[in-house]
Parts: sequence; C-alpha cells; structure tokens
Amino acid sequence: MTTADYLIKGASLPDGTKADISIANGLIASVGSGFKGDALTVIDAKDCVVLPGLVDLHTHLREPGREDAETVLSGSSAGVKGGFTAVSAMANTSPVADTAGVVEQVYRLGQEAGLLDVFPIGAVTQGLRGEALSEIGAMADSVARVRVFSDDGNCVSDPLVMRRALEYIKKFGGVIAQHAQDPRMTMGSQMNEGEISARLGLKGWPAVAEEAIIARDVLLADHVKSRLHICHLTTAGGVEIIRWAKARGIDVTAEVTPHHLLLTDDLASSYDPVYKVNPPLRTEADVHALREALADGTIDIVATDHAPHPTESKECEWQEAAFGMLGLETALSIVQKTMVDTGLLNWIQVAERMSIAPARIGGYENHGQPLIVGSVANLVVINPSQKWTVDRDLVLSKSSNTPYHGHELPGVITHTFFKGKAIFSNGTVSSNGGK
Amino acid sequence: MKHLLSIADLNKSEAISILDTATELARVSDGAVKKLPTLRGRTIVNLFAEDSTRTRISFEAAAKRLSADVINFSAKGSSLSKGESLKDTAMTLQAMGADAVVIRHPASGAAQRLADSEWMSGSVVNAGDGTHEHPSQALLDAFTIRKHLGMGGSDLAGLSIAIVGDILHSRVARSNVLLLSMLGAKVTLVAPPTLLPVGIQNWPVTVSYDFDAVIPHVDVVMMLRVQQERMSDLFFPNAREYSRYFGLNGERMASMKSGAIVMHPGPMNRGLEISAEVADSARSVITEQVTNGVSVRMAILYVLLAGGALEVGSN
Amino acid sequence: MSVALSAQDITRALTRISHEILEKNQGSTNIVLLGIPTRGAHIATRISSIIASIEGTEVPTGTLDITLFRDDLRMRPPRAIMPTKIPTSGIEGKDVILVDDVLFSGRTIRAALDALGEIGRPRTVQLAALVDRGHRELPIKADFIGKNLPTSKNQSVKVFLSEIDGRDEVTIEEEAE
Repeated sequence: MTTADYLIKGASLPDGTKADISIANGLIASVGSGFKGDALTVIDAKDCVVLPGLVDLHTHLREPGREDAETVLSGSSAGVKGGFTAVSAMANTSPVADTAGVVEQVYRLGQEAGLLDVFPIGAVTQGLRGEALSEIGAMADSVARVRVFSDDGNCVSDPLVMRRALEYIKKFGGVIAQHAQDPRMTMGSQMNEGEISARLGLKGWPAVAEEAIIARDVLLADHVKSRLHICHLTTAGGVEIIRWAKARGIDVTAEVTPHHLLLTDDLASSYDPVYKVNPPLRTEADVHALREALADGTIDIVATDHAPHPTESKECEWQEAAFGMLGLETALSIVQKTMVDTGLLNWIQVAERMSIAPARIGGYENHGQPLIVGSVANLVVINPSQKWTVDRDLVLSKSSNTPYHGHELPGVITHTFFKGKAIFSNGTVSSNGGK
Repeated sequence: MKHLLSIADLNKSEAISILDTATELARVSDGAVKKLPTLRGRTIVNLFAEDSTRTRISFEAAAKRLSADVINFSAKGSSLSKGESLKDTAMTLQAMGADAVVIRHPASGAAQRLADSEWMSGSVVNAGDGTHEHPSQALLDAFTIRKHLGMGGSDLAGLSIAIVGDILHSRVARSNVLLLSMLGAKVTLVAPPTLLPVGIQNWPVTVSYDFDAVIPHVDVVMMLRVQQERMSDLFFPNAREYSRYFGLNGERMASMKSGAIVMHPGPMNRGLEISAEVADSARSVITEQVTNGVSVRMAILYVLLAGGALEVGSN
Repeated sequence: MSVALSAQDITRALTRISHEILEKNQGSTNIVLLGIPTRGAHIATRISSIIASIEGTEVPTGTLDITLFRDDLRMRPPRAIMPTKIPTSGIEGKDVILVDDVLFSGRTIRAALDALGEIGRPRTVQLAALVDRGHRELPIKADFIGKNLPTSKNQSVKVFLSEIDGRDEVTIEEEAE
C-alpha cells in the first residue's frame, strides 16, 4: 500500500464520469474509486472537472528584451493560474529567437522557473525580416528541440521564402505557424475594416489581407507536402478556406484566440487601446463563424496570443498604442463562456482543443496525455459552476492589459498540477515560482 | 453637455440650439458689442498637436470675445514635439486649472481619450481628430448653409448637399454627414471609389462617382481638400486626372442651380479640387465660412462652459 | 398660492407707469424703451403702445438680452440666448427705460447696465418694473414700480402675461423644498 502525494476526490473526468485521481512520483497513480491508502494532500473536487493541463501554442513571454512587460517567470505564473502546463514562447523577442543560443536561453529560463514547460518557438527568418531563413536546423537540434517556427507579429509574406521554409522543416517534422497578414494591404492599419472603422476614422485591416495569405499558404503546403499551422484565425472567410483545405487533405491546422471568440470590433468605439489587437477584433458574424469552426473541428485549437504590454503602451491614443492583450489567465473561462456554456463544446472537446491537439501540433510529448494511470500528472482542476471577476490589478502577468477588467466570468481554476506537483492551488502559485 | 467630441453627441434640438445661439452671438458681435464678459475667469487651452492656424485662431477669437483666458499650446517648440504623452500633457493642463481644452490631434479618437480619461476634469472640444471628426467645422458649415438657403426654418429640410472629394480621410466629411442629415438635408457623397471608406452602406447618404450627374441637382457643393500625397498611395493616378473628374471648375459651376453655393473648409488647393475662378466667384461662401466659424465656436464654448455644474442648483 | 395682481391691476399699473415715464421725461421725444426678455420685452411693448395712445407718437422700443452678462451663469444650467434688438435710433444720448417684470436681487439690472455700456452711452438710464419684491443684493432701485410686493425669500413671484401665458396675472407661491 503506497502513499500518494495527492488525492483528487470526486472530480468529473472530461467525459462526465466521477473519479478519484491519485498522484504519486509525478505520475497519475490511480483513476477511479479503487484508491486505498493514504494521501499527503486530499482535494475535495466534487464540483470540479479535471482536464489534462492546458497547452498554449501562442504566448508572448517578452524575455529577453522587454522584461518590463513580462518575464519567463511572470508569464509562467500567469500560465499556471490559467491552467496551463505548457506554453510556447513566440520568437519576437529582442534579440529575436532566431538562433540556437536564444531559444536555449528561453528554454533554460523556463526550466529554472519550473512552473510549467516553456517551449520556445523559433523565428522563420533572421530578425523576423522575412528575407533569409534563420538557423532552423540548429534550433531544432538544440536542447530546446524547437519544432514550431513562426515570424509571429510579422507575416512571412514573400511566397518564395514561405515555400522554402515549409520545405526545410520537413527534415525534422516541424511546422510553420503563419501570422497571416498581407503587409502591403495593412500598412498603418488600426482595426477591422468595415462599418466601425469607417465611422471612427481608423485605418482598416481588411479580412482579405488575412484570407489571401491563408489561401496562398494552404496551396503552398499542398504543393510541397509540408505542415502548416495558421495562427489566430479571425474571419469567416478564413474558416471557409481552412475547411476547403482540410477537405482536400492538406496538412493544415488552425488556431483561434479566446478574445476572437467573444469580442467584436465595435469595442473600438471607445478608442480604448485595450481592445487594440492584431489581428483585429472582427464582426459578430466572424465570431459566430469562428465558434462554429472550433466546434466542428475546422479550427483545431485555442491559443491565447497572450501579449503583455506595459501601461504606457496602452495609456495613449489608439494609433500610438501597441497591439495585443493578455490571455493566459482568462482563456479557459472565456472558452467555457463562449463554447461550453453555449453547448458548442463538451469538456472532452475542450481537452482536445486546449491540450491534446496543441501538444500534438507542437510535439510536446509529456502534455495532452490521457487521464490514465502512468500518464504524466499535468492536470488542471476547474470548478465550472463558480464565477469570478477579472481585476487587472490582480493579474499575475507583469502587465495589466486585459480586455476583461470588471467582467464576471464562469469557471474558477482551483488547481494546476505540473509533473505531479500542485504548482497552483486555490489562488496561489507555489513558492518556487510567484511574481 | 460637457464635451463636444462628435456630432453624434448632439441630438437635433441641441444642434439647432447651438446654431440659434450662434445667430444671436453673431448679431451681438456684429453690432456695437465686441467683447462679452460671459466667460470671464475661465481658462481655455488650445492644445494643437497638429498645425492648423485657421482653426486655432478661430477658437482663440471666440474665446477672447467671451472674455475667457486663452492659453495656446501648439506642437512646434512645445513638449508635444518632444514626445510627451497625451496623458502627461493632460495632467499638466489639469494642474494649470484648464476649464476647457480645445484639442486638435493627428490621432483619431484623441479627444475622446482625453474626455474619457481621469487625466483631467475639464470640458473637451474636438477641433479635429485624425480622420475621425471635426464637429465645430460641421456646425459652422450648417450655420452658413442655413443662413443662405434655410428658407426661414430652423433646420435644413429640403436641401440637397453634395460633399465632394477625399471622403476616406476627411474628418470634415464625417461630421457633416452626421449633422447635415440630422438637420434634414439630403447628402450625396461624390468621390472616386478609392476615396470612399469601406463600410458606409448604412450612412444616411447616397453615393455617386459622377460629379457631373450630381452637380445640377444640389443646392450646396462642398469641396474637400485633396492632399497631394494621396497620389503616392495609389488613390488616383495624378492631379490632372483627379481635377478632370472631381475638380470644381467654371464649366461645372455653370451647371449649378441658381442660388446654389460653393463651400470649402480650407485650406484650398487652387487648381486641384477647386479652380480660382470658382473660389473667387459670387457663389463661393468660403470666406464667410471663416467669419461664421467664430460665432459658432463662441456658441459651442457658451453651451459647454457658461452653465454651471448642475449640482450647484438654481436656488 | 395667492393672486397678487389681477389682469385689471396689471393694466392699471402699466397705465400709471406710462404716465409717470412721460411726466418724468417731459414727454416721449428722447425715450427708448428696452425690455428684458422674456416678459420684460412684452411689458415694454405694452407700455410703448399705451404711450403711443397718450402721445400719438411711436416710442422706439427694443429688447436687451442680458444672459451673456450675467454673473450667476455658473450657478445654473446653460440658458438659451434671447434676441437683442436695439431700435435703429440707437441709445446714444437717449433716455433709456429698462423694463423688467420682477425686480428682485438687482443682478439682472446690473447685467443690463453692463450690456448697455457695451452698446453706447445713454443720457440717462431708468428702470421700470411691474413688481418689486424686495431682497436687493445690489444698490439698485427702480424709478417706476407697478406694485411693491413684500415677500419672504422662500416664496416665488410668478408673472403671467396673455401674450405667452394666455392670461394676465401675478401670483405668489410658497416654493416647494
């Protein structure tokens, strides 16, 4: 008879069955009602759902370069508070993550923080300039084992560069995550181009600038038989193209952010830059199409595009402000609100889209594992019947640019287990982390 | 009413009341009275983060005729050109005790940011924000139209007005579309398709690409300034072609209705969107727009500032 | 509420004021009547026609809106500006009779004197009021009064005129808290 580190009692598994889950030695030791023995910590989870730890394929941790906005440590804290056990650090840092040296540094910082796994994403091109390929192979072979490459923030707009990148990553089974934005069509763009931008006199970011790149890239991926991932899809038209590409058997996956599942471009009417994000908030019809696509699997995953910015980058005129909003700490609640509470997804599908599929796309082996004996105990416990109110002054991110300040959201995360340890527990991050 | 940020802040009766107030103020200041004590002791700051001599002078004259103290805070040579944030500027103005800030700014929404923030407590008057709105210009345009063609009514019902040119980048057009249609006028936008915003299907206007077809049917032709740099952004091939289709020259003017007037918010590009012959013709009310600007801005400052805070009460 | 002046009382008072104006100014030749909108303007018009019926000549009559000259603007919600119409004869060297409905604190009249000062330099400025209810806050006194109405400060005096209110009457009401 063994002693478990934790016993999660009476929780619902994603499929709705009730089970006790015990955790020992970093692994799930038992699942079901058969646990006999002692546990050091017993957690009463009778109103809660247990999911595999969430995996974010699109996170900006800002370190190195903008440690005033976020660090690997503060972003990790925000992540575990939001139920994540793995995040993918985007390459647009300073210096850019375009060499083995930088990705190894970010990876090591993640390990030192020890709150969750930080998987660096490598830049596709040197300096994100879209011209010459970065040292993709060296990053793949480094200790960080980079598999996802992206110039996020910038689009790999040159079709030849994109083709070569897609071809090159086949060597080690990588994937190019494209930020789909035609740069010429969006010079100086501030928000979705449409009725609201016409009224507000803000330069429009047309849907076609996103859709044209998606269409080109699925054709390229088909031609070279490589793997393409489309970042933060925002338009109904983009959904149609992905649906078409998947029907043709093209190896493409797509993500949607929580904010694009909820917020719309009319929020720009306040000129409050907390709603300024790239790609921009779109229309009600787009939100509807994105939710449907996430429900039917056309869109594979939810990714946060967590984009911290210091106060001065948002406390200014709209056109001067930085693009981006926080996402890690609210992602699961927004997904519950927009997808679960509306009946579009069940918890099995939430686990698929927020943990299993992103882990598969990123090649993160210890994540998104089934809740069975022997799996790595990366878990999140959420009470879907409780509500909480977002307070930008209480976020664990170093920045406070959440668009949900003052919103009451469903779903309180009570625990996040990383490698068998309750790193986040009832509102606090364990002592080897923290702000 | 505390701020004037957009014509959308006004309902029809408030807009008419500003025009009526301007009418009385014009009568008072056309007569013997040059200076009124109405805003004595009030401080109005002209915060011009973008050059606009004519608008600044107009607001300054309006404030001074009402005896307000005026502080000019312009882009050149001030902290604004040294990268000071809008927030810091606003907090400085608050510390100086500004009762109102008249703001001209290259960023759309800057006036609203100032008004909605907790950086300062005074009234905010939008004197042109980016490509968003320029409500005082629309009010002076409506005032000028009413004076010439108003047929004694308080609104502009029954009038047809064409706004011609770069609608996409024009704050004057956005404010005028809202105001002139609210006052009952039928508004037609005339522009090359490249210079019309996407997303205007629900605007209370009709759209035409054919100036010649529109011009004989309207009472007012309002020309907008076209900036030369639009050519490099591919909005039209060159100035000559723009003028040929959308410029107002003597020949086009000849097909206007009798009594119809020509307006322009200035500054004009003579030879591009308007010919000298038209600008200096009897139909042109362009210099009168400038004169009326002072009365209308006096009325705006009066409406925003003369009344006290309501909590003081009338007893 | 109590009625302080009936329609008949008002007519009698205005007739008497008209006679007093003529008497004091030795006729109507140098007089200009300026009513303070809204009700003062109507009273000025009535006095003007009474004088015309007595003297057989028209007296130049206009209106003087004093809103822009008030010193209590900040204590009230914004008010609409009423028309100012100075007769073509002007006021320079004239005997200007200001006409108002109720004389109370005197602040309206102070503002009117300021407004007049911007327009020109009359020979004299005189004041006619239908009702004087006391409680002056400034050293101002009427030359011609229809009726002195002793009131307390929490009462309000209301003047109704047939031109705009459908009847002639002056009432005193206790003000609601």
